[in-house]
Amino acid sequence: MNPKLTRRRFIKGVIASGAAATTTTMWYAANGQDRPTGFVERLIRINVNGQERSVDVAPQETLASTLRYKLGLTGTKLGCNRGECGACTVLVDDTPTYACSVLTHSMKFARIETVEGLEAPNGDLHAVQQGFIDQLSPQCGYCTPGQVMSAVGLLRANPNPTREEARQAMAGNICRCGSYDSYLDGVMRAAEIG
Amino acid sequence: MAYMHIGKDFVPPDVAGKVTGRIKYSEDYTREGMVYARLLTSPIPHAKVVSIDASEALAMEGVFGILTADDVYPDGEANSTGLKILTNEPTLVGEPILAVAAVDEKTAETAIAAITVTFERLPFVMDPVDSLEEGGPDAYNGGNTFVFREGFAQEKWTSDQVASFRAGNEPTAEPAAELSYGDLEAGFANSAFVYETPFTTAGYPHMSMEPRSAMAYWEDGKLYLHGTSQSLTALADGMAGIVGVPKEDLVFINAATGGGFGQRARAGSIPSMAIPAKLSQKINRPVMMRCTREEEFTIGGARQGFQGWIKLGFKQDGTMAAADLWIVSDNGGKGGGGDAFSATNAISIVYQAEAVRFRGVSIGSNTAHRGAQRGPGENQIAAIVSPILDKAAEELGIDRLEIRKLNTPQTGDVGGINRQPFTSAYMPEALEQAATAFNWEERITRSRQRNGSKVTGIGIGQGYHNAGRSGMDGIIMMGPDGRLRVHNGVGNLGTYSYASTSRAAAEVLKMPWDRCDVITGRTDNHLPITSPQDGSNSIFTNTRTCFGAAQDMLAKMKEIAAADLGGDPADYDVSNERVHQIADDTVGMTFGEVAQRAMELGGKYTGEAELPEELAEWTQISVSRLAGSGFMGVYHDPRHSNNPPGFTVTCTEIELDTETGKIEILDMVSIAECGTVVHPQGLKNQLVGGGVWGIGMSVLERHLYDPQNGLPASTGYWQSKIPTYLDTPLKIDTGWVDLPDPENPVGARGVGEPSMGSVSAALNAAVSDALDGHVFNATPVTTDMIVNHIAGISEEWVPLAQNNFRG
Ligand code: FES
Ligand code: FES
Repeated sequence: MNPKLTRRRFIKGVIASGAAATTTTMWYAANGQDRPTGFVERLIRINVNGQERSVDVAPQETLASTLRYKLGLTGTKLGCNRGECGACTVLVDDTPTYACSVLTHSMKFARIETVEGLEAPNGDLHAVQQGFIDQLSPQCGYCTPGQVMSAVGLLRANPNPTREEARQAMAGNICRCGSYDSYLDGVMRAAEIG
Repeated sequence: MAYMHIGKDFVPPDVAGKVTGRIKYSEDYTREGMVYARLLTSPIPHAKVVSIDASEALAMEGVFGILTADDVYPDGEANSTGLKILTNEPTLVGEPILAVAAVDEKTAETAIAAITVTFERLPFVMDPVDSLEEGGPDAYNGGNTFVFREGFAQEKWTSDQVASFRAGNEPTAEPAAELSYGDLEAGFANSAFVYETPFTTAGYPHMSMEPRSAMAYWEDGKLYLHGTSQSLTALADGMAGIVGVPKEDLVFINAATGGGFGQRARAGSIPSMAIPAKLSQKINRPVMMRCTREEEFTIGGARQGFQGWIKLGFKQDGTMAAADLWIVSDNGGKGGGGDAFSATNAISIVYQAEAVRFRGVSIGSNTAHRGAQRGPGENQIAAIVSPILDKAAEELGIDRLEIRKLNTPQTGDVGGINRQPFTSAYMPEALEQAATAFNWEERITRSRQRNGSKVTGIGIGQGYHNAGRSGMDGIIMMGPDGRLRVHNGVGNLGTYSYASTSRAAAEVLKMPWDRCDVITGRTDNHLPITSPQDGSNSIFTNTRTCFGAAQDMLAKMKEIAAADLGGDPADYDVSNERVHQIADDTVGMTFGEVAQRAMELGGKYTGEAELPEELAEWTQISVSRLAGSGFMGVYHDPRHSNNPPGFTVTCTEIELDTETGKIEILDMVSIAECGTVVHPQGLKNQLVGGGVWGIGMSVLERHLYDPQNGLPASTGYWQSKIPTYLDTPLKIDTGWVDLPDPENPVGARGVGEPSMGSVSAALNAAVSDALDGHVFNATPVTTDMIVNHIAGISEEWVPLAQNNFRG
């Protein structure tokens, strides 16, 4: 133990504000709550689940924030908000993408799909959703929308993957419940019924 | 026994919401006029708040108010290690000091940046053994340990005692707790093989996928709290006390929870939900508090780490004659736990040791909040003991499966320091079934085979947790539509036990599942009290209550039918949603008709009279609100005796790369012994999910702290090394024994935790096997440890190295 640290010392509040800022400033800037002065284009159109949506977007706002907090699409989850877990996975032009780690402004010409857009107009579930139900893939369900979107992305690119290919394709989605085996069962089932 | 529902798969009512994203977690809600709270948290590991100047912040546009520890604890903070809502005496980095509510989070953050907090910095400690040493820093204000019902105390060893323990010797200091049975000395004297070693196990965070966000508002004097929890009514019951609101005025809304693993079972481990509740009350607006991953890490809890010493003695025939443990548990900056005692108890239970002694002390460190994490104690020790058992087998010339068989617990045995009988125990069957499924005899011939730089390791491990409680309540309702409504207070944390336990009621009344509704998700649905959903207990505990409530309704149905249609209640039975005479099933009433009659009759039939006397206060409130609204079955479950165990056995084959230290799990089979199986898919999920946790414990997960400043360096998934798809086997095979337990009406016991213990035990045994029986005596066994060992650099036990520091 460093003896200097064991002595009583009084530290002024700079520490408090510094610590509060380190972990969270970026997060809340990303939530689109900044109000920058000067000219910045804010009202943009993005294509979400086949619909053109007009939305007021801050320059540094992430797609996950726009979807959840501006468009009410709360199926897209935030587990880490820093590209570690995959809970926020959506499809951007068919490619599974961490919505917490892309800026909405970069999505202007992209086709975005979220878990809310998968059901057929008659209410039929997507094969991945049905496969996940058949195999009871989810446990707590918090990672599930991200797992669903990664699996949809995989099956579009490779409709009949091997289990190993599925595992590799899904590897960007953490499941703290450890339901990996059941998700892979679900993906294989989806490929079967797809 | 042939069941209609028990042992059959079904589609739990919430699973569609999970795959469509429609089910709502606390952060998914909004409310008109909702504002946002942000936290100012402690930047230093141990301090006292001297003053807070928030004047500038409160004058900012868009800022609505501040909440401090003085607001929530006007009479001062409780003198305990318990996590506080907010604190003026932080004992870990990241502990919430105050909260600010503002129009949006950015404004709240800006306001927080303008608040001046003056801290008095206090000495801090990262390693409990540093604190044990005379003159060493204490993690808490008033000592380095907490004595139940007494308060803070100091445990101090001489420098020589500390040095001797660090050198790997049996501690010579007085333990804070000592419990034992049997003649330990004779046990070791009679042993043909004695193994003695220091050991460490890592503490590491729960890291539930959903950060613990919460939203609250008050309406008509009632608090509506959208939160996250493992338990529904048990947590709400405790949360009412933490917020300081009468139970009848709290509506806790929690349809789904993004993971718990022990840390969201009880209100005391998640008091942060009271922050939006209290702020909302103060500023009279709905308040949302979104939590970040870092916040989930710092206040979200962690497993206790161990630094210990263990000595095991085996007789010539392989029976475990004696087990002696001395454990220093890391109590963290807040919280705590009884992991060390549970660990010792588990050795007594799983290996039926003839004499056992536990000695230990629980010492604070200014690291993460500690609390129960999946198999707290039982699972840490499973991974430590399994390789030692294999060493004994090797020395004594016994097969590794055989040594487990001859020490196995079984029905009629007792286990634990308190020598408690099992309700039933089919571990021999589980061992047999696992060995068959794994093809043990053939596999074991591959042990230690080399293929280039790769070596094959074979491992077997056992897991245990006490898996059942009693004394809770059940409520079911039926209206003239004849549908069965099972009011279930079990939390929805991903086990689906809120639904599967409800099926015990459907079973009694022989109701088709599509004619049943599980009423749950929010407490104003009038739910009975349950035991918290920890300790693998839900299946046992709540099939008892649901079954009992349905038995009550069944008896009432028969009474009504006999009164209306003649004969004696005993002349009646139910089938096809009718209550009818056994002799002539045309004489009867439909369930809808009998429910209608019950409502006309009122009184005990509708919950307005003759209620079970022992109903918990929470249940009484729910029953009083339901009374008169429908036909009611209500039940208070008496206490059972003896220990309902949950057991698992895992076998695994790995390939260890001697050049990189990397482990590839080639095959893994886990078998559950949890009485009658209620829900096969749910059980399979617990087996594979627990298995992934076991892999994390064995070879991956840990805390990282900067010892100089006490800052956590593993606040994310990546640094914590949560297992991913690629760390886990391509397929985990599962199975179950499926024999009934006599203390449960459908024969069931729980099993969520043991599956982790058996996998970590099997995996560490397999690693040991691949390294010619080398015992690391530590978890996790990381690739660098393996490579160093192969290079001849011994580092199997570096004090606390695996616990808080090493990468
Ligand atoms: S929330 Fe986007 S990767 Fe975790
Ligand atoms: S199902 Fe809980 S995190 Fe994946």
